Amino acid sequence: MDSLILKTGTRLLTALMLVFSIFLLFRGHNEPGGGFIGSLVATTAFCLYAIAFGVTEVRKALVIDPKILSIVGLALSLLAGLMAIVQGDMFLTGVWSPAYVDGSSALPLSSVLVFDVGVYLVVMGAVLTVVFAIEEDKL
Amino acid sequence: MAASAARSHPLTALVLVLPGALTVWFATMLPTVAAGETIRYAVDWVAGLDVALSFYIDGLSLLFALLISLIGFFIFLYARSYLAGDPHLGRFMLYLSLFMLSMLGVVLADNVVTLFVFWELTSLTSYLLIGYNHTDPKSRRNALQALVVTGTGGLALLAGLILLALVAGSFELSAINAAGDAVRAHDWYLGILILVLLGAFTKSAQFPFHFWLPNAMAAPTPVSAYLHSATMVKAGVYLMARVHPSLGNTEVWLWTLTIAGAVTAVWASILALRQTDLKPMLAYTTLMALGTLTLFLANTSEVAITAVVVFILVHSFYKATLFMVAGAIDHEAGTREIGRLGGLARLMPFTCLAAALAALSMAGVPPFAGFIGKELVYKGALAVASEPGFVAVAALAANAMMVTVAAIVAIKPFLGPKGDTPKKPHEAPWTMWIGPVVLAVLGLACGLAPALLLSGLVEAGVSAILGLDEPTSYPLQLWHGVNLPLVMSGVTVALGALLFWQWPRVRSAIDAACRRLPAADALYDGCMKRLVDLAEWQTALLQTGSQRHYVLVVFATLAAGLGVTLIVRDAVVLPTAMPQVAFYKWAVVGLIIAATLVTVFARSRLTAICALGVIGTSVALLFVMYGAPDVAMTQLMVEILIVIIVALVMLRLPAFRDDGHGDRTGHIRDAVVAIGTGIAISLTLLAVLQYPLDRRLTDYFEANSYPEALGRNIVNVILVDFRAIDTFGEIAVVAIAGLACFALIKLRPGRRSAAVEKEAAASGGDD
Repeated sequence: MDSLILKTGTRLLTALMLVFSIFLLFRGHNEPGGGFIGSLVATTAFCLYAIAFGVTEVRKALVIDPKILSIVGLALSLLAGLMAIVQGDMFLTGVWSPAYVDGSSALPLSSVLVFDVGVYLVVMGAVLTVVFAIEEDKL
Repeated sequence: MAASAARSHPLTALVLVLPGALTVWFATMLPTVAAGETIRYAVDWVAGLDVALSFYIDGLSLLFALLISLIGFFIFLYARSYLAGDPHLGRFMLYLSLFMLSMLGVVLADNVVTLFVFWELTSLTSYLLIGYNHTDPKSRRNALQALVVTGTGGLALLAGLILLALVAGSFELSAINAAGDAVRAHDWYLGILILVLLGAFTKSAQFPFHFWLPNAMAAPTPVSAYLHSATMVKAGVYLMARVHPSLGNTEVWLWTLTIAGAVTAVWASILALRQTDLKPMLAYTTLMALGTLTLFLANTSEVAITAVVVFILVHSFYKATLFMVAGAIDHEAGTREIGRLGGLARLMPFTCLAAALAALSMAGVPPFAGFIGKELVYKGALAVASEPGFVAVAALAANAMMVTVAAIVAIKPFLGPKGDTPKKPHEAPWTMWIGPVVLAVLGLACGLAPALLLSGLVEAGVSAILGLDEPTSYPLQLWHGVNLPLVMSGVTVALGALLFWQWPRVRSAIDAACRRLPAADALYDGCMKRLVDLAEWQTALLQTGSQRHYVLVVFATLAAGLGVTLIVRDAVVLPTAMPQVAFYKWAVVGLIIAATLVTVFARSRLTAICALGVIGTSVALLFVMYGAPDVAMTQLMVEILIVIIVALVMLRLPAFRDDGHGDRTGHIRDAVVAIGTGIAISLTLLAVLQYPLDRRLTDYFEANSYPEALGRNIVNVILVDFRAIDTFGEIAVVAIAGLACFALIKLRPGRRSAAVEKEAAASGGDD
């Protein structure tokens, strides 16, 4: 679709949506949000971008192929689960940085966050794989 | 191709270590077991289900274990030469070793589940071995037939064993057998008996499941000698002997086993005389032996059970020998057709010696072990509880025909004028005659010194079958004086000789009669064809390939299931008053209804999908109003993406096809299903609301979300922490679904060739 208004609006909107999606991902543990919702927002942003500029442009912007993104996400989530095993807990038990647990001044780093980033990448990768495949399919 | 020229890989000799070592190991247990003690090993497997890897060694299991490993050793040795030069010899040896271990598992297992697992493993390895010549369709078909028959029996056996374990209160066979009286008195006894016997009868090829065994002769000869004469087919006999203390000693047991065994024995003997090929002929005599064993297991008298134990031993020795002889003849002369063989005695002296010794034992001539076995069979027949006359006549008839077969197998190929064989026969390599000779000599030695070689094991075996504590058996000796069994033995040999003299005439008479009878094999084929037809019919009915049809079936089933449940449970609740909600919420509801109508009546797909998006967005609005922002946001995003994806897909869909959904009746049917589903779901929700919300889980998450998982957003904490394994499974599904969609879109028929062309063009045009 070749529309100047759409293109100009999309530039602004996509950037905003991507920032919002990261914001949702990080606040998810305590406020509404989370990896899944954040990921859907990001996916929508990329879809919008694809409608305005074409799939080739989105692929360039993404750098990594969405198929690989989804697999990397799955691997990250698995890794997050394995962290607990290293510590001697059950698979997928949350592991938190000791500094955060002791006093609340440190950054709240945890395996749970890694897991959520994994969810984020899987959902985005899988949906974009499907959307791109359909878009690139000859009419 | 001369077999001696082709060499087997030297590494395949390593597999000989396994049966050899096992034989020695089991032999060291002999003194302990003969003294009446038992040995038990157990490791927990699934503790929560009472499943243990437990093994129990008493006289019965040791008897079988020794036979399996000893005969296994000679078979392995034999097979290396028989299949010398075969490109898949390594695979064959692997299957054979796997089979041997599975079979040992069956006879040593104490836990019924362990027994079943090994039982099924023997069926599977037997399937692989029968179908070893997998390029031959007949071989594949016969392998499948054996698997279907024994596998069906195996399923029945599993049910039977579990019921037996529940009734007896233990999964260990040693404990089950101790609770025999309780089992026999239980209401389920008959059901358990039928199921267990189905397993045993199919495995040991008892009438009417006998047809798979002769077909299994499609396997290479070492397999026929090992699995289908000496070991696997005796698994059913072993099982009947094993459960004898708990399931035996009733009228049903007595008559079922007597009749099935007698019919199998006599019918198999008659069919054996009909054959002209050595292998099928021997296969039918194996059936006869299995029938005889079943016939005698029906009883509880000491002499009958002693006959069983001795006959198992004796039969394994001579039948494995004769099969290996048949294989050697086939290997060296190129045919097993009796009519084409002759005069091999001078050319294959050792093979001939083995054949002669084994045949004499089979015919029951003194002083061979076969004679002791046959004398016991006649004594047992006269002592049975059912109908001594019937059993004795059946045994006599079957044994007389066995004498004939023994004579045919030992005399026809080896004596007389030289046959017209495809290959110029010569003696087989030593690895192929050493086993038959040793086993045949063992048969002779056991006959000469029964007290020394047999008594200990036989006594322990008999006491195990009868469930006695002290080893005991009917005395084993060659000479009992002139009595009825001796007279019967004489009659047997005379009858056998008569039949041998008249064999060609007898054979053609049997052949002519059999042609007029329905063959069990044809019945099996008919059943399999019906099964395939049924599968095709139901596939055609349900798998139409039309997405609309699938959706229709799914929703109709959902509506019917919910509706019937609601009515049966009397749970239909109708709202009595209009709910009091704010007018803007009514507005959203109105929006949903309007969008639904647009969806249903839209003339274009794009309008319909946009209207559907309105419905989803409105539902998201309702979530916002009722305080679930997470859910609302997710719903909204999902709706947007669905509209995008579906719109993209719809641009590529072909025009509407009229597949019965386009006409008036189609519309009405779809409307009925849609409205019915809506009503059923609404009624279900109303019914659910009648009950107070169970807040236990909610309370738990509210109380523990922050202290346990350091998060205040309960929804997200559940997703990434409390229920993280569920989420992990779900994202794995999402990732795989993404890849699968990609593959489906990219690899459509027609697209593939284009992609291949593109690749070929890219790689340069020099091909």
